[in-house]
Amino acid sequence: MSATNDLARLMREKAEAVGATVVELKNLKEAFAYALDVCDKKEACQLLVSGCEEKLSDKAEALCETKQEKVVAAPNLSDDEYAAFSALCAERGVKCIREGLRGHLAGIDIGVAHADMAIAETGTCVIDSTSEELRLSSMISEIHMAILPKSRIKATAFDAEREVNALINTGTPRYTAFITGPSRTADIERVLAIGVHGPLELHILMLED
Amino acid sequence: MQTAKTLKEYRKELRESLDNEFLREAMDKFATAYPVSRANAFRGLDEKAMIAEVADAKDAAARNMDGLYAQFKAEAEKRGVKVHMAKDAAEANEIIARIAKNSNCKKIVKSKSMTAEETLLNHRLEDDGLEVIETDLGEWIIQLRHEGPTHMVMPAIHLSRYQVADLFSEVTKQKQEVDIQRLVKVARRELRQHFATADMGISGANFAIAESGTIGLVTNEGNARLVTTLPRVHVALCGLDKLTPSLNDALKSLRVLPRNATGQAITSYVTWITGANECRAAADEKKEMHIVFLDNGRRALAQDPLFSQVMRCVRCGACANVCPVYRLVGGHKMGHIYIGAIGLILTYFFHGKDKARNLVQNCINCESCKSICAGGIDLPRLIKEIRARLSEEDGAPVEATLLGKVLKNRKLFHTLLRFGKYAQKPVTGGTPYLRHLPQMFMKDHGFRALPAIADKAFRDEWETIRPRVANAKLRVALFSGCVQDFVYPEQMKAAVKVLASRGVEMDFPMDQSCCGLPVQMMAERQATIDVARQNVMAFDAAKYDYILTLCASCASHLKEGYPNILAGQTDMTGKVKLFASKVIDFSSFVHDVLGMTADDFKGKGEKVAYHSSCHLCRGLGVVEQPRALIASSGSEYCPAQEEAVCCGFGGTFSMKFPELSKELLDKKLNNAEATGATRMVADCPGCIMQIRGGAEKRGNRMKVGHIAELLAENLK
Repeated sequence: MSATNDLARLMREKAEAVGATVVELKNLKEAFAYALDVCDKKEACQLLVSGCEEKLSDKAEALCETKQEKVVAAPNLSDDEYAAFSALCAERGVKCIREGLRGHLAGIDIGVAHADMAIAETGTCVIDSTSEELRLSSMISEIHMAILPKSRIKATAFDAEREVNALINTGTPRYTAFITGPSRTADIERVLAIGVHGPLELHILMLED
Repeated sequence: MQTAKTLKEYRKELRESLDNEFLREAMDKFATAYPVSRANAFRGLDEKAMIAEVADAKDAAARNMDGLYAQFKAEAEKRGVKVHMAKDAAEANEIIARIAKNSNCKKIVKSKSMTAEETLLNHRLEDDGLEVIETDLGEWIIQLRHEGPTHMVMPAIHLSRYQVADLFSEVTKQKQEVDIQRLVKVARRELRQHFATADMGISGANFAIAESGTIGLVTNEGNARLVTTLPRVHVALCGLDKLTPSLNDALKSLRVLPRNATGQAITSYVTWITGANECRAAADEKKEMHIVFLDNGRRALAQDPLFSQVMRCVRCGACANVCPVYRLVGGHKMGHIYIGAIGLILTYFFHGKDKARNLVQNCINCESCKSICAGGIDLPRLIKEIRARLSEEDGAPVEATLLGKVLKNRKLFHTLLRFGKYAQKPVTGGTPYLRHLPQMFMKDHGFRALPAIADKAFRDEWETIRPRVANAKLRVALFSGCVQDFVYPEQMKAAVKVLASRGVEMDFPMDQSCCGLPVQMMAERQATIDVARQNVMAFDAAKYDYILTLCASCASHLKEGYPNILAGQTDMTGKVKLFASKVIDFSSFVHDVLGMTADDFKGKGEKVAYHSSCHLCRGLGVVEQPRALIASSGSEYCPAQEEAVCCGFGGTFSMKFPELSKELLDKKLNNAEATGATRMVADCPGCIMQIRGGAEKRGNRMKVGHIAELLAENLK
């Protein structure tokens, strides 16, 4: 067990170093509650998605206006998990979806996804994103949450190689994502800015197995 | 981009960059921050071994480029992708334009691709009436300004927040605040609506994995994920050099690429796309996906015995990050489309010699790029080789040919040098400097005082000063190089004094001549070979324990350069190997071989700064020895900022580009003065000539000399 905990510790250190938020939780139930707590706290007084408060062109403004409510997406939860999560969302008055993400390109508040594994030395989550809905949820959410069982943390990319290969090379089309921290840029004067195209925050919810 | 036709025009453009204050400041900040973040990213890792693994993997892939392409194509097509091969830039653009037309695409979003910059893809698509939007923030900014990138990873590094705010005000038709965080958010919203409405996405590819037909994309912003997901058509444009057999090889490059590029252990996103994925915007809910491989000279390059290493480049941009010349002039002047040292080389192969001719002259040969290259490419050597090719193709300038001819005849060369001391009399005014240079020469070169030829060359004094040693344990042959022989013989004499104190027996073989580096820098291939032969033959290497030189550039050229230069000369193989194995620099010899310590010196507590010569610290990897010796000499070693950054001499470079040489020298002197040292030492007479000349011109009273002189003065 201590090897798992060592990897979890390294994973936390490296992920936090690149601006991810790491929380350790007991189980999926706690993970769902955490996600909704964050959703409640987020922009308590406004529904605006990031950037829509700026002075924009008419077309950009028009896309902003398509977002009218708080939305969370969880496309890769199992049916049972999704039923439980969407019930919790309903209690809090938050819209929960698992498909039709193309209808929300202005942005959604939170995307929740199971991660397939993680690479501790770089703080990276590996997520099979072959489903377009899942892909979009991890791209257009303001806060992206990856649920990661501690036992799925590998030390290095080479330790994860066999399993990553199994994800990308199945004989059918695949889309596999390594995600490390939030979306970032330093393209203006090399000043770090978070959230240029993708999520502004990445939360890694590490679960005990 | 390169538009200058002549070196004169090119130098005029360089001066414009030097006058751009924002650029200079931005570049200085970057140049000092980058080495720190890179070092942090590699801390605790075996950097050299990681780079060697990339080099081996990429070399193997380049050798099997055609095989990997066939395998990739088969695997990708099995998974619903159409794979194309374009022989050149025009064909690649044509293929992509045709795809857009056939699939009725009107609006295209693009993520960053240097390969698309190489083919000038946007111009072609826009000519067809297509709307093309770059979505990488930096690329979008330069697209809006109708410029090319100034860095491979940070394309808009030359622009200020004010310029970006003005630009975004135009785009949104609303006045934007000068606040980087808010400007980034404006870009987020403006570009999002383009993603939502585009028909086609165009990406590059960092990796093309043959065994699964997968492309890998390495990004930070996340725009490539949207580009490859939202539109119904995806086209990836990919150089053949990105082919790799397996995920394993891709992971090896991925370990080095972001660390080298931006000091990150990994980028925010690495995306592996295998086949034509689900796409709800397409009629059959399946993405129309094309991968266009670009040859444009890569297949021929992969077969070239010397230049095939160019295929190892992972486009990290690090060779620009550490280049002292790039730092001064920026990417628009230090490249055509590809930037930095690799840009000089790729311009010649991808964009032709007219674009490369002036550009390849602008390398100071400091080897900074070679020491950090993610693929271990010997960039300075390749740049020198391109100069030689250009000179063979187009004819060499008169002065290079003349110098080549003179150097081939040692006696003529040395006679001319001796004659120099009479010819210079009217201009020295009795000082060791040339005081009154003709006006035309002074115009650009007045930033440093040039030294005069010494009254008596070292070789002409050797027999009278040569120490007689009985029962010597070590036999050493001295190689002086031209500068110490004819300009600074006192440095050689100081070294002789230090060595004699330890009973080292010394020889000075009289047939030695210039090491040949200056003619190599001037692209005189035959003279470079002839002089190398002459020097190897002048030394009966088997007779000596070491061949010692006080000149870092000579040492590196004799030890690392000669085996390459004489590789084609079968009669020399054994001789040059033995010769090179015996070459040692002064500091290493005194510190490592003689083992001299503080016990050997009586110090005066003088405050001494050190200049770490390019060819010593990077060329030969000698770092600690000279610094330890300064301390041992009883002096106080005063570390300066950027000790290992080039002083701006670079031999013939400072003659060709005096305006750049001056700027580098100014930085060197400022850093040295800031230490409060009263003396600066180095291991190379060329650097000393430059720095001493600058100090003399400034009148800063700093004594500049060779480390051998410091040691000789302080001997017990």
